[in-house]
Amino acid sequence: MNDQSQSAALASSAALRARPVALPAFLTGSMKIGSTLLKAAALAVFAFLLFGPLANLALWSVAERWYAPFKLPVSYGLRYWEVVFRPTGDAMSSLATSVGIASLVVVVALAVSVPAGYALARLRLPWRTFIMILFLLPQAFPSVAIYINVARVFYSLGLTGTIPGVVLVHAAHGLVYSVWIAAAAFSAVDRDLELAARNMGASPLRAFMTVTLPLAMPGIMASGIFVFLESLDEFTGTFFVGVPQVTTLPLLLYNASMGGNYQIASITALILLVPSVLFMLIIERFLKADVLSKVGQ
Amino acid sequence: MAGTSASIAIAIDDLKVDYGTQRVLHGVDLDVAPGEFIAILGSSGCGKTTLLRTIAGFQKAAGGAIRLFGQDVVNTPPEKRGIAMMFQSYALWPHMTVLGNVGYGLRLRGLSKADTRARVEIVLRMLNLTGLEDRKVTQLSGGQRQRVALGRALAIEPDLLLLDEPLSNLDAKVRIQVRAEIKSLQSRLGFTAIQVTHDREEAMTMADRIVVMDAGRIAQVGAPKDVYDNPVSPFVASFMGADNTLDLDVRQGASGLEVMAHGQDAPTLWNGNAPMGAVTAYFRDDVASIQAPDAKSEGAIVLPGSITQRTYPGGHYRYVVATKDRHFTVTDDRYLDLGHPVGLRLPLESLHLFPSAQ
Repeated sequence: MNDQSQSAALASSAALRARPVALPAFLTGSMKIGSTLLKAAALAVFAFLLFGPLANLALWSVAERWYAPFKLPVSYGLRYWEVVFRPTGDAMSSLATSVGIASLVVVVALAVSVPAGYALARLRLPWRTFIMILFLLPQAFPSVAIYINVARVFYSLGLTGTIPGVVLVHAAHGLVYSVWIAAAAFSAVDRDLELAARNMGASPLRAFMTVTLPLAMPGIMASGIFVFLESLDEFTGTFFVGVPQVTTLPLLLYNASMGGNYQIASITALILLVPSVLFMLIIERFLKADVLSKVGQ
Repeated sequence: MAGTSASIAIAIDDLKVDYGTQRVLHGVDLDVAPGEFIAILGSSGCGKTTLLRTIAGFQKAAGGAIRLFGQDVVNTPPEKRGIAMMFQSYALWPHMTVLGNVGYGLRLRGLSKADTRARVEIVLRMLNLTGLEDRKVTQLSGGQRQRVALGRALAIEPDLLLLDEPLSNLDAKVRIQVRAEIKSLQSRLGFTAIQVTHDREEAMTMADRIVVMDAGRIAQVGAPKDVYDNPVSPFVASFMGADNTLDLDVRQGASGLEVMAHGQDAPTLWNGNAPMGAVTAYFRDDVASIQAPDAKSEGAIVLPGSITQRTYPGGHYRYVVATKDRHFTVTDDRYLDLGHPVGLRLPLESLHLFPSAQ
């Protein structure tokens, strides 16, 4: 998803630069054509970067035989789809593992980010910025270096190769998003709304449950979805901590493509795409501008 | 000031509040009788909203006491004080209906759904909001929201109602109407009310007593007419609209006080009370009047001047009169020519005299 958005940014900045500035009349005509061509080229590059790999994926998923000199598959069929979706297949069990882990990660991350986000939003903590950055730290170092050490520590704790181990690794990774988004969601709730509930006789907990939390819910939901998808997508941590007992979808994808089984890899990748697209739609609905503007403040 | 008597609804005793290291309330004392309507008046930053929020329990006090019917609540959390507050922003919960908002306090007090609904219906009828129970508050107009906020505060039948600039978000016409409504509700239901406002007229028309605040202290407390006619300090005088100033010199003469303004040739004799020496007079535009420059008048200062500007706002003319070194705005029914020499008459009994600040 990152590569896609980067290429989108590149393409759009290329389109911006192509816009003509005020020029003599005899030049503007040819400039217009030039800029149109440039725009079209930029769009084509953008479309290729975005849809090229996807088209390739789709093609591979229905290719039963495809080898070297041929530009297109030799024969088409849905045989591999059947293999993937076979109830006894690896793919279905890894999907279940992935979704199960992702759900647990959401629970763990929200259990931390709701209280932490509320505290960061409401209390005048002296080390506020420091704490916010602390949650960012796991992202600041090369993940392989971190995960190798995490794996070592987890090994001595008996957590390697277990679901809880993988959940913890994913949660640490997802916390930065969920804490930052939750803090933003809580800051967007006017303090007076909470005080009004206290004023009417509600205890602090009651005011939080009936007023603050429901109003921050869209942001919390968005952060939960974000964490869910991050976990679904996560590869490095799972590779170092979970292998060989825990096989998530990205690991299956990795194994399949390493084994040269591009059909299985492609179909797995397409399955992984579904939640990402759903996420885009949901986040657009739930994350309002007033919450987004407070992220990281 | 021991406010232990039950005839005092709220007794505030030497209340101090800090924001961090900065003190914003420097020992406020105030007693409010049951059923009384108090308006706290002051410019922004004078601590009036802080005082209100400290009474409500949203702001911690650094010292002093707040006694509600004899009981000190200064360390009681807001939900246990039984004080209802109406917020300037209304602070209505956007995820709830009108019923949910107004009935919130009732549900907390253990009323059943049906009883809450019945009670909310009564409150809404009282506020001319009948039938809006199931409307989302986000779908209401500004005036309706203001009433819902008031209804939510009144639904729990509080002994004390705090109002934080309740009318500032309404347009002028609605404001005057709602003013009268709040006042009549208060006399009907008998609750004690403390309202914060920066609008002098609002404070004067609604309150039994007004409290003028300045820089975290109470500058004056009294009935509206009292404060208006007899301000105790230059600050109160200018806050109550007497914002013209004139430097005077007061001396003890043989048969009373001799008051002389800059630019006068002879002192005015007066047998009222005034501080001696250099004195600054504060007065409102409407105490000045125009008369013939040479006419003598008893107990009034007459400054020679001439008319430099004339406007007709309706009903009377408004003139700008230039005296030796100043300009004053005066209204008069007569039509006078520009440049006309006049005497600006300032009756001494209508001037607020304070020793000049040195």
